[in-house]
Parts: sequence; structure tokens; C-alpha cells
Amino acid sequence: MTLLFNYLIFPGLLFSAVIGLLAGWFDRKLSARVQFRVGPPWHQNFTDIIKLLGKETIYPAQSKFTFLFSPYLGFLSAGLVATILGMNLRSSASGFNGDLIVVIYLMLIPAIAMILGASASRNPLASVGASRELKLILAYELPFVLSIVALIIKCGGSIQLGKILELQALGASNIASWSGALAFIVCFFCMQAKLGYPPFDIAEADQELMCGTLIEYSGLPLAVFKLTKAVMLYILPVFLIILFMGKDTSLLFMVLKYIGLLFFIVLVKNTNPRVRIDQALGFFWKVPTFMAVASVILALVGQ
Amino acid sequence: MSLKIKALTKSIWVFHVSAGSCNNCDIEILDLFTPRFDVERFGIQLIGSVRHADAILITGAMNRKSVPRMKKIYEQAPKPCVVVAVGQCALSRHMFRDSYNVCEPLDKILPVDLYIPGCPPRPEAMIDGIVKLVTKIRKGK
Repeated sequence: MTLLFNYLIFPGLLFSAVIGLLAGWFDRKLSARVQFRVGPPWHQNFTDIIKLLGKETIYPAQSKFTFLFSPYLGFLSAGLVATILGMNLRSSASGFNGDLIVVIYLMLIPAIAMILGASASRNPLASVGASRELKLILAYELPFVLSIVALIIKCGGSIQLGKILELQALGASNIASWSGALAFIVCFFCMQAKLGYPPFDIAEADQELMCGTLIEYSGLPLAVFKLTKAVMLYILPVFLIILFMGKDTSLLFMVLKYIGLLFFIVLVKNTNPRVRIDQALGFFWKVPTFMAVASVILALVGQ
Repeated sequence: MSLKIKALTKSIWVFHVSAGSCNNCDIEILDLFTPRFDVERFGIQLIGSVRHADAILITGAMNRKSVPRMKKIYEQAPKPCVVVAVGQCALSRHMFRDSYNVCEPLDKILPVDLYIPGCPPRPEAMIDGIVKLVTKIRKGK
């Protein structure tokens, strides 16, 4: 019963979706202020979701099941990540050995679900979006995993989030060391790509692909995809805070760190144009991969 | 007023169709999203896919090529969805009324909910039109 409550309500689906939607508002408001506009009211993203629930759902006749099932696949796995992260933040003993690896895998599933849904929609623009998303996963997953490997080496080979938090609480935050700082920068780039924000919003390019992977979605499934994005906007910064800035995880400091990270995400989003897919692949396999390898070597020599 | 209608009028996603316009109305529509007018304050967004649309904004005189495509786009939109005719051309074919290529005004082709006259209409006129449409929908048509 507590497990179900944890998954559905408190650190899980509902809580993370609400925080994510508020963060989405923060993103829209800050973007508007950057462009000297006023921006929407705080409840705008909630209104969007409620409105989408009341709209008609259109699905392709040939692939109804995959098309309607894939949004839930992404949403439920993102909610699982939120639960694991939230439980670890509450008490570092509540995790299990290897939950870091589980979280890395689960954070990939929303992107896979997006590809699945886009491919099921039988739309040429959606299939272009799906192929771009797939290439983007190939691009960012390598440096992301490498930088986390550097972190695991630095924490003495522990693959449990609670242990990593404990180590940081006893000593210093991981970001305070050379290898940790390098790995953090790499993870920040990868986070931007995982969120699908500019400069890496190639799969959903509004202007060229008309929302790309989401083009055929309407009504409830679209709302679920929007919620998945909101949950991702909650879990990815929190994941980075746990890994790199886990010195003080009291509520006030968590909120401050989260808002700070969000601020940088939105600033990078607003000041960079979209890159092409080959540029993104080249960028991720050159600069961040090199930095991640350097961070692994630094971690091995104990910096 | 139900929650559904309230949410719908607070978050209108607009799909913009240019059915053979001279681009003047389109430029004025884009003005709505600039810092001076900023209709994102009211939750109005331009979106790329008609599957996400709550309102279809049509500019330009409908010619023989664009009429079938316009009908297709309207059928693709998830209901409830309103159709807004912007500019004199979409309303009455304007100076193209005797053209060999322009057969009917927009409201003979699609059910139009809101007419915004002008050549091109000012952004203030469009905001005024949106407000009138929203009050009409909220009163339950």
C-alpha cells in the first residue's frame, strides 16, 4: 500500500507531474521575460493539460494499440524514476544496490516511447522525427554514461544512489572536484538533449517538422506526452543534484539548487539556435565524450 | 460553465493556414506574438500540427487549389475546434471576387465562427475578435 502511494502520489507520478508543470511554467515565463514579453500565468500548463483531456482523440486505424499505448509507457517509467529518486532523497537507506543503473535505463524509456508512438502514427514527418530522436539517443547516451562511470569510480565503485548521497554528505559534493566538475558539464549538455530543448530540439523541430514525433497526437495521449515531458523536467535536474550536488539535501537547498539548474537550462534554451542532427552527433561524440574520458582518467588518479 | 469550456477558452492553440493570401494578414497575425501584444499571456499559442489545434486561422482568398486542402485540414482537426476568418479576402474574396480562380467565400466552404475584417486587420482588432469569441463560447453559444 505504501509502495503504491509512493509510486502514484508522493514522490511518484502526481507530485513529479505537478512540480514538472510548475517548472514548465517557469520555463515559459522566463523565456517570455528574456524576449521582453509578459508570459502566461502560473496555471497555464495545468490549463493546457485539462483542455487536452476534453479534446477528441484521433488515432490511425491500423496501429491503434501501439499508438495509444506508447505515451503511458513513457509516463509510467518516468514516474518510476521520480519515485526512486524521491525515496532516496527522503532516506538514503531506502534504495537498493544498483538503482543508479536502473534509473539510467528508465530515463531512456520516454524517448523510446516517443519513437514507438511516432513510428506507429504512419506520418512521414513523424518518422523523420523518430529517426532524428534515435540518432540523438545514440549521440548523447555515450558521454552521459561515461560521465556517470567517472562518478561511480570517484565514489569508490558504488552504484547505489543512497551510498553516493551518503558519501557526499560526509565529504564534499562531487562537483567540487575536477573530475566531478567535468562530468557535471557533460551531464548538463546531455540533459539538454534528453529534455529535447534547444539547441537539441531536433526531433520536435516546430518550424520544420511541425512538432515532429508528436505531430499525429491529439487529446489524451498528447496530454500524457506533455506530462511525460514535465516529469522529465523534474527528474533530470534532481538526478544531477543527487549525483553531483548532494552535500545538503534539506528541502530549502534542494529547491534552491533545482531552481538554479532550471534557470541555466532555460537560459541555454533561449540563447542557442537549433543545430542539425549531424552537428549534434559530431558535437556529442567529440567535445563531451572527450571531456567524459578526461573525467574518468581524473577520477582514476583520484582528483 | 463547465471546467472543459473554461480550460478550452484559457488555452487556445492556433493553427494558421494561409490559403493564398498576400502575406499581409500573416504578418499582422505574427505581430500578436511579439512583445507589444503578447497573446501568450492568455494561453494562446501558435502550433505546427493541426492535430493539436483548437482554432484554425484562415487568411487569403480561397482558390481552386486550396479549397480541397482546406476541407481536409478542417476534417483532420480534433473537435471542438473553431474556424476564424482573418482579413477581407477570407471574408468576401475582396478584390478577387471576379477572379476565374476564386470560386466561393470561406463561409460557404467551412463553418466560420469568427470574422475579422480589415485589409489587413490590426492586431487590436484580432484581440477584440478573440475576446468576443471567448465570451460567446463561455455563454454557451
